[in-house]
Amino acid sequence: MIKLENMEFNGQQQAQTKTMAAAAVPTPDVAVRSQKREETVRAEAKDVNFFYGDFQALKNINIHVFDRRITALIGPSGCGKSTFLRTLNRMNDLIEGARVEGSITIDGQDVNAPGVDAADLRKRVGMVFQRPNPFPMSIFDNIAYGPRIHGEKNKKALGEIVERSLRQAALWDEVKDVQKRSALALSGGQQQRLCIARVLAVEPEVVLMDEPASALDPNSTYRIEELMTELKNDYTIVLVTHNMQQAARVSDYTGFFLRGEMKEFGATDKIFTTPEQKETEDYIRGRFG
Amino acid sequence: MALTRVHFDEELTDLRSKILLMGTATEEMVRDAVAALVSQNRKQAESIITRDDAVDAMQLDIETQCLRLLACQQPMASDLRMIGAALNIITDIERIGDHAVDISKVAQRIGEEMFYKPLVDIPRLGELAQAMLHDALEAFVHRDLARVDKVITDDDAVDDLYSEMRRDLRRMMQEDPGCVVQASHLLFVAHYLERICDHCTNIVERVAYAETGRHKKALHTPGGESGPNLRAA
Repeated sequence: MIKLENMEFNGQQQAQTKTMAAAAVPTPDVAVRSQKREETVRAEAKDVNFFYGDFQALKNINIHVFDRRITALIGPSGCGKSTFLRTLNRMNDLIEGARVEGSITIDGQDVNAPGVDAADLRKRVGMVFQRPNPFPMSIFDNIAYGPRIHGEKNKKALGEIVERSLRQAALWDEVKDVQKRSALALSGGQQQRLCIARVLAVEPEVVLMDEPASALDPNSTYRIEELMTELKNDYTIVLVTHNMQQAARVSDYTGFFLRGEMKEFGATDKIFTTPEQKETEDYIRGRFG
Repeated sequence: MALTRVHFDEELTDLRSKILLMGTATEEMVRDAVAALVSQNRKQAESIITRDDAVDAMQLDIETQCLRLLACQQPMASDLRMIGAALNIITDIERIGDHAVDISKVAQRIGEEMFYKPLVDIPRLGELAQAMLHDALEAFVHRDLARVDKVITDDDAVDDLYSEMRRDLRRMMQEDPGCVVQASHLLFVAHYLERICDHCTNIVERVAYAETGRHKKALHTPGGESGPNLRAA
């Protein structure tokens, strides 16, 4: 049984997912967006420590990421939330001297196990970054890039994937007639939705978003937030954000990170109205010195 | 830990001050309404009806300030609960003011007509109501959970006294049908005072939620006391 309210899902707990079929986890004490419901674990971190050389950036992180929910990670700069996000698809592998301990599983599979291909993992766990980073090629080719790399050659199938992805990213209506145009000609908000469509094109299981709207204007930000809310019908999303109102608006669960530790995790409604820990309270009230 | 929202903190302090001001004005209305009834002073009763307009204006002003803070400061956690509590509390205070007006109107109706028996319980209930309102406001301003408990306990005494008064007034009406009109007026006054005390209980329940994050009723359920300890926040 997971007691989300007091974080009793620590290292001694039995892993909930050992197979590809994710386990159902009841959350009786937590009303998510005012509705009690059973949750399914999609990703899980157990006793995760992370080091940049001698510096320990993450300390004993234990967290469940629930299926088709938005989990927001908040905390001050340098608290480890982005580092943790990047452990989920091994983006930290690219950093020299980086080392991870503990277990990180997606659908019960350890992402750091020998034989797990990082490129395959990143197909399953896609990522959207702070600044839109479209490739310098056409809108169509941006979206088709991933499926092509993974072997899709059929033009008709690629066209269908591109349309589906652009529709899912709420960009289709704006670009359907100009798919041959350079993606760099799109506005910042459109570019970010294009990047989301590019991630969706390879049908990931989890989508990581590292401050996806922080470089966008308010209107584009709201569009991205609406999009996230739509996408959670089909995808599991982990969102790192400095914007607490954004976390409060879109996420179902929130984890508060501080100095490399996850101080509190719970239903977003509860974290933003009645947090358990004084440090969480101080941070979300903006009383953090 | 250093404070980083000095301006917002000043706004919250100002909000508390305004609520205290509104509450104090209402407390005086309750005191004067009962005094006007007991001393059969129509002029004093009339003044209370006028003062209610000022309380209503305060409510609108505080409500506007709360909405502005919600929109502009995006309060979270205990700040959010405090502003939510404030919005409810001013509604209760405003209704207390309305009941003071109700009592004043009864005082005007009775006028200088001689009382069938000396008023003893109504002044007593009036003092209790005034003290409860005072304590409720203190609980809010000083974030004092001990006073929250006191008000809730005092309300039980008020309920007992109110039941006793109803019995007495009913008996009086049965024994002397000539006093029915006056006794029914006094029955209403007792009811208004009892309602004032209920509003005080509402206020302290909101204070408890703002301070602890738990609804007061939940605190009385088994295990409820093990809720978050945010009083130090």
